[in-house]
Amino acid sequence: MFKVNWVIAGLTALVLAGCAGQEIPDPEPTDTTYGDESGASTDGMGGGDPYGGEEIGDPFGGELQMIIYFDFDSSEVRVQDQETVSRHAMELGNNPRTRVRLEGHADERGSREYNIGLGERRSQAVRQMLLVQGVSASQISTVSFGEERPASMGSSESDYAQNRRVEIKYTN
Amino acid sequence: MLNRLKLSLAILVFVAGPGYAELVIDVQGIAQPTPVAIVPFGWQGDAADMPLDVAEVIVNDLRRSGRFAPIPESKMLQKPTNGADLDFQDWSFVGVEAVVVGSVVQEGVNAYTLQFQLFDVFGRRQLVGYRMPASRGTMRGAAHRAADMIYEKLTGIKGVFGTKVAYVTAQQQGQGRLYSLIVSDQDGENEHTIMESTDPIMSPAWSPDSRQLAYVSFEGNRSSIFVQTLRTGNRFKVSSKPGINGAPAFSPDGRKLVVTLGGVDGNLDIHVLDITSRQTRRLTTHRAIDTEGTWSPDGRYVYFTSDRSGGPQVYRVSANGGTPERVTFEGSYNARPRLSPDGSRLAMVHNDRGNYRIAVMDLERKNLLVLSEGRQDESPSFAPNSDILIYATRQGRNGVLETVSADGLIRQKMSEGRGDVREPVWSPFPRY
Repeated sequence: MFKVNWVIAGLTALVLAGCAGQEIPDPEPTDTTYGDESGASTDGMGGGDPYGGEEIGDPFGGELQMIIYFDFDSSEVRVQDQETVSRHAMELGNNPRTRVRLEGHADERGSREYNIGLGERRSQAVRQMLLVQGVSASQISTVSFGEERPASMGSSESDYAQNRRVEIKYTN
Repeated sequence: MLNRLKLSLAILVFVAGPGYAELVIDVQGIAQPTPVAIVPFGWQGDAADMPLDVAEVIVNDLRRSGRFAPIPESKMLQKPTNGADLDFQDWSFVGVEAVVVGSVVQEGVNAYTLQFQLFDVFGRRQLVGYRMPASRGTMRGAAHRAADMIYEKLTGIKGVFGTKVAYVTAQQQGQGRLYSLIVSDQDGENEHTIMESTDPIMSPAWSPDSRQLAYVSFEGNRSSIFVQTLRTGNRFKVSSKPGINGAPAFSPDGRKLVVTLGGVDGNLDIHVLDITSRQTRRLTTHRAIDTEGTWSPDGRYVYFTSDRSGGPQVYRVSANGGTPERVTFEGSYNARPRLSPDGSRLAMVHNDRGNYRIAVMDLERKNLLVLSEGRQDESPSFAPNSDILIYATRQGRNGVLETVSADGLIRQKMSEGRGDVREPVWSPFPRY
């Protein structure tokens, strides 16, 4: 697990280093009244927010996420993860020689080869989003490990939620 | 499980041999087992002991079948090693229905003769008697063969004690995992690791002559299908197309594999792969997941899992192609079909009120019988006599193997000492 995190962090650093001197454009420009680099902050005031409302995320997303999670029995990329996929699309679009491998995974329930199918459906969902956003098919490969490489070894709902995922791996 | 079942015996299987204890076997059943006697075998040779306690192998085989209760040596009133010395009255008094006697005679440096006779105590007659040559290396196999003949005479069902199983284990190793593909005797003895990898290994499948295994390996972070010859360890890659290469199963003639291919677009379909020419022919074309193909024993159909109706269900299609027809209708999840070698029954993974369990459907009467009681049972595989199935279940975080009689009455747990055991597949009958 530590190793995985480390590798992901390393890859992220690599990806970010790869675009040094070239800012990642905001794919969906946010109203600048609210958005800035630091993002909305709720630091230090205490006692909660008397006006209600919700925090606005950093439009530049902070660290680029390398894992997309999925709901039970679903291969739909969740709304909150579409931004992440778009940033990868941009990264790949800007670096046409860069390649990714999309590794689909499923939770352990049910039969193993069918779960390979479910994992592949998830990696294809991410692939389709990348293709739609202009990434060349030759930059993407997919593989499904089904339930064979769980991120979390237990059998609880939260373990399952961590295991239903697509890992985006930059291969060069 | 213990509450429900009347009989529970724990037996350590192994003792002799160069390896270590592999499988601990726990028998549970509700049938009333038949009392029998297997008299310790006689020995004539240049060492103090015979190379293998043949009677013990036979005792363990018969006991593990759940159908027999071999009596302990201490209850025997006589211990003949030749049928001619048998006193039926003694055995009738002890209350056994059948007696096995036998001996091992050394004929050369590594040459022995094993002989045994089975007697019906009430009928006062011999049911079967056999003499066979053996070496130290083949003695255990010969003992299983004797047990097979005894079992068949007494039950009318072909014994499977001489068969093998293949399975996959995964063990934590440093930060990663080590996957092993293992072949052992059906009682867990004689374990051989035939393939090891730090990437997943999946879906082993026996060739009909028991000489080869097909399997999926993810080495290099892509899936490929290999066929490996057991005797030599040589293997060749038969499918490594872009996307998924999975779920191989041999055709009854051994010349083809049914496989699942996904292609770059990830649409899993069933294909037939000619092993020699490597040419593939597509059997299904649906957008849904079609996978886990398996042949009917007559080779006419391929049964497979498809979620074209929403959840996974079992379908079948003519091996020549055509329109698939749905086979299972009971419940929301039926996957990984396997046919009994006699063609009468279909085993599958079935969602039973939220639990994934092994179920068997009678193909004529269409009724479904749930055979296992775990939460996460998988990979059912029939023994070649169609009378027993092996599958994987969970014990804590690890997978362990269980067998169950096709009527659901006798169940055995085989727990392996190391790691997570999964995907057992039972070999065809050996060719003596």
